[in-house]
Amino acid sequence: MSNIFLLMLTAILTENFIFSKFLGICPFLGVSEKPDTALGMGMAVTFVMTISSTVTYGVYHFLLAPFGLEYLQTIAFILIIASLVQFIEMFLRRFVPALYSALGIYLPLITTNCAVLGAALLNISEGYTFLESVLYGFSAALGFTLAIVLFAGVRERLKYADPPKAFVGFPLLLITAGLVAMAFSGFSGFSFS
Amino acid sequence: MQHTFWRQMRRGIFDENPIFVQFLGMCSALAVTTSVVNALGMGLSVTAVLVCSNLFISLLRSFIPKQVRIASFIIVISGFVTAVDLIVKAFLPAISKSLGLFIPLIVVNCIILARAEAFASKNGPVPSLVDGLACGIGYTLAITALAFVRELFGTGVLFAAADGTGGLRVFGSWYAPVTIFIMPAGAFLTLGVLCALFNTLRGAVAKKEAAAVAEKPAQEETDGSAEPETPETAAEPAPETPSADAASPAAESAGPIGPIEERQG
Repeated sequence: MSNIFLLMLTAILTENFIFSKFLGICPFLGVSEKPDTALGMGMAVTFVMTISSTVTYGVYHFLLAPFGLEYLQTIAFILIIASLVQFIEMFLRRFVPALYSALGIYLPLITTNCAVLGAALLNISEGYTFLESVLYGFSAALGFTLAIVLFAGVRERLKYADPPKAFVGFPLLLITAGLVAMAFSGFSGFSFS
Repeated sequence: MQHTFWRQMRRGIFDENPIFVQFLGMCSALAVTTSVVNALGMGLSVTAVLVCSNLFISLLRSFIPKQVRIASFIIVISGFVTAVDLIVKAFLPAISKSLGLFIPLIVVNCIILARAEAFASKNGPVPSLVDGLACGIGYTLAITALAFVRELFGTGVLFAAADGTGGLRVFGSWYAPVTIFIMPAGAFLTLGVLCALFNTLRGAVAKKEAAAVAEKPAQEETDGSAEPETPETAAEPAPETPSADAASPAAESAGPIGPIEERQG
């Protein structure tokens, strides 16, 4: 039990997907304009990542591995993720239109969010059990949400900044992300295992 | 023909550099740039996938139904990524080990999907192949530059092998490595500074070209060129370059979210 708790804490803080593994940087820089949109994106990613971790575990261990088709995992996983995102898109449009319009074009973008595919591939390469895979996907996504919401908060302040011209826009965002990453690297001092 | 080739190359490498201008494929750019060898390995892998996928998608473009094109592109791309993954694993096991997850993750590298959507699905095989090559080289150069700075200052050694041995010791033994450069935070900071430098460079080049195009340079331009500061237009990732590149299709400015935007419609 404590093992699982450690796994989750590590995934959220010390090995944060954004700041330590560099997975999901595109939405992190793209959708962090406002904290509430960032939170919506984080929730959508959490949802997709938890489900995709579950499904890809099943597909790998019961469909690919028995037939020696492990080398097809990348293709199989990306197809699963793409169809999941499509499904969630239809579901949200029908039942939660407010969240759907808030997420807008970023929802289909989750398909190409490397965090989702990365979590699925990591689950396999780390040899996690079923429960561990699901929890790892879930907590890594929580870490993603934490990072993106915090960053959106910092970014709101940037609107009032007056940087040198060459830094306007993306360079400044990267520098800011670097500073937030420094704060997160403080967590790596903890040793959980 | 010759002319178009160089213009395409220049666009991929400089005017619309995937990393510095379009900000595509950031994840891998930040993650693998702890050493120059890793960055080169990653750059070559991405270039190989990009060239192949652009060529094939261009050849298949009249057979792919519009509604399912994104899914079709992803399948083509992931086929090539799997091939590259297996090849790297077989022949360069050390690089495969240190790049790890990021080789299969080329599937979701936005550069490849963006080029497929914005260029290969609208153009013939030869221009698409050149476009893939140009963007791949642009990406490789950008991440190699980033890796060069990070490895040089972060370890004091250059061109260390993928398993961390060997390499060229640049500084003497007095040099205490600044480890922040190879830490994750250093990746963001270094890339931010490089982006700003690139912006300044682009601004200067654009200004020079504008001055060359106008037969007699206007008075205010000669005034402005004295200061090294970037003009306002170049500070932002302007999709349309001020050069005579008006022929580029409008979809070129699609950027990372362009393909998906169209898919929504």
